[in-house]
Amino acid sequence: MNVALFVPCYIDQLYPRVAVATLHLLEKLGCTVHVPLNQTCCGQPMANAGSERDSLGAMHHFVDVFHRYDYIITPSGSCALHVKEHYDTLGERVDVRHVRARTYELSQFLTDVLKVTSLPAAFPQKVGLHASCHGLRGLRLACSSELHAPPYDNVRRLLELVDGLEVVDLTRPDECCGFGGTFAVSEEAVSVRMGIDRLQDHLEHGVDVITGTDMSCLMHLEGLARRSRLPVRILHFAEILNGGSA
Amino acid sequence: MNHPVAAAKFNEDAARTQWHDEALWFVRQKRDRASRTIPEWEALREQASQIKAHVLANLDTYLEEFERNARANGVQVHWAQDAEEHNRIVHSILKRHGVRKLVKSKSMLTEECHLNPYLEAQGIEVIDTDLGERIVQLARQAPSHIVMPAIHFRKEEIGELFHDRLGTEAGNADPQYLTEAARQHLRAQFLSADAALTGVNFAIAETGGFVVCTNEGNADLGAHLAPVHIACMGLEKIIPRAEHLGVFLRLLARSATGQAITTYSSHFHRPRPGTEMHIVLVDNVRTEHLAREDFRAALKCIRCGACMNTCPVYRRSGGHSYGYVVPGPIGAILAPARDLKTYATLPFASTLCGSCSDVCPVKIDIHTQLYKWRQVVTEAGFLPREKRLMLRLAGRLFKYPHLYQAAGRWGRRLLRKLPRRMLYTPLNAWGRARELPEPPRQSFREWYIENRKPE
Repeated sequence: MNVALFVPCYIDQLYPRVAVATLHLLEKLGCTVHVPLNQTCCGQPMANAGSERDSLGAMHHFVDVFHRYDYIITPSGSCALHVKEHYDTLGERVDVRHVRARTYELSQFLTDVLKVTSLPAAFPQKVGLHASCHGLRGLRLACSSELHAPPYDNVRRLLELVDGLEVVDLTRPDECCGFGGTFAVSEEAVSVRMGIDRLQDHLEHGVDVITGTDMSCLMHLEGLARRSRLPVRILHFAEILNGGSA
Repeated sequence: MNHPVAAAKFNEDAARTQWHDEALWFVRQKRDRASRTIPEWEALREQASQIKAHVLANLDTYLEEFERNARANGVQVHWAQDAEEHNRIVHSILKRHGVRKLVKSKSMLTEECHLNPYLEAQGIEVIDTDLGERIVQLARQAPSHIVMPAIHFRKEEIGELFHDRLGTEAGNADPQYLTEAARQHLRAQFLSADAALTGVNFAIAETGGFVVCTNEGNADLGAHLAPVHIACMGLEKIIPRAEHLGVFLRLLARSATGQAITTYSSHFHRPRPGTEMHIVLVDNVRTEHLAREDFRAALKCIRCGACMNTCPVYRRSGGHSYGYVVPGPIGAILAPARDLKTYATLPFASTLCGSCSDVCPVKIDIHTQLYKWRQVVTEAGFLPREKRLMLRLAGRLFKYPHLYQAAGRWGRRLLRKLPRRMLYTPLNAWGRARELPEPPRQSFREWYIENRKPE
């Protein structure tokens, strides 16, 4: 299987340990993983901030770098969604179509392609799962609380394969954390308030660790938690599936 | 108007923000419970969405059919191109009947057209009879929510307001006492009004009739007592047949307040003998909106307010922070169509979390439209200059791998080396309440090159 690891720019620069964990996890599960060294960014930051025009360079570059791989795996729901949903701007081209169809958020790939049913990992902790919105309502990694459909949750199911791990139920299971890209700074007051409320929900339910599919949301929550010295660790779910402690 | 500024102001009172958030989340939960009583909920949403899509694609035909049937029922039908013409038409009807006092049930359209100040300037007294609307009217404010106009008021504040304006006991904030006072006050208004104005929730092309939904019966009291009934509606309120009401009435109240149905769903067809009934059909930029393919679906809205109740930003910034007659996510995609420059910050007052689109009973792709409006705002040059510059710069950076890698290296180095006071300046909005991430020594790429020795 010709698998490429797409490392979101902020993970490359700020959370390399998440990309390392993703790489190790995929290798453990039998994938030969290629890491294109000239990759940069999917273009989401500019596009969501209102300028698809400024993201075109990054988007074309992304297609150039990744179109030759069968599967493009990324530990970010939001970046995966951007490629799948907004690359229509690049037009109907074979390589664009291929990249859009073959980009997978990590849990999606583990569930839908590798069909993982067991994991050699242990993590005896109470874990709060933050359902990042783009993964949840964009990629449909779980059934959102607004919709009336049979419940499922890919990420939770994967986490529950880990030995000793308990996923804790929250009062508001899928409320946004308030990161939202440039929203975090342009709407600072609301963003911070949303983040504090999210942390509160996790803490009230006695979690040791908050995890999720998107390090961007987690970076926001981590920033708030560290400022207030809250007793909670923040880990990407790839780190937990890869065996636990970071 | 500037959403982030207004929202920051709202958040200065943390306890109030929390209360506002919880009050609206309570309504969202009621919606969840009520909608779950209908096994075919998702099919119903899909059907409603398709009926509305069909109507929007055939709006001219259905409007003419509606007009024909309404006229045949003895209703007088008027067409208004814009807000000004709408107000003129309403005033001319009132003037002909020598109306001094008008009772009005809830109509977001008349808010949109600023009918009240227009009529008041002509010497006509206008009484809003929906309790929430009466509260904001007495407080000389605008509604902060389309279904619960006074949701931003606490009961103690309403106690004070009523004491001041209606003469209730000082310090009494008992909801039952205050509601009874409002009831007596409004009863007198209904009895002394010369004309009644209502909104329209659904107008049925096939019958020429229309339906008004209220929980207080105030539309009926007004319309049944007064010799003149004027109903004002936006062009998009049309549905083809009476049988389609079954789809929309089941969705509307459950989505809005978690009720199975509004207490009153009043069907109006023709004037009582000796009275007049008028319908004013208002365009006011709707046909222009209809022509914008990316944004057309916003006209499917049935004004249930569910997107407001579910929106984590609305709940923590309040309806007034949007500065538009319809606040919240749906307002943020309607307002830019009206005045892009004035409402340029609204499409950005969202994390694009998508809860609005999933909760919407007519399946409007609200968050997708927010994303698209952002592009329109930028192309029109209404983005703040610094932000525009930053985006250009970032765009260049990510186009060239070497540039990106070098910028990353330098960025991490600066984050590590700079003293705290130089990082956490007033310009660093991220750092006001949050720590910056701890920068690692190596990027993933650098780690990979060192540890995996790729060719």
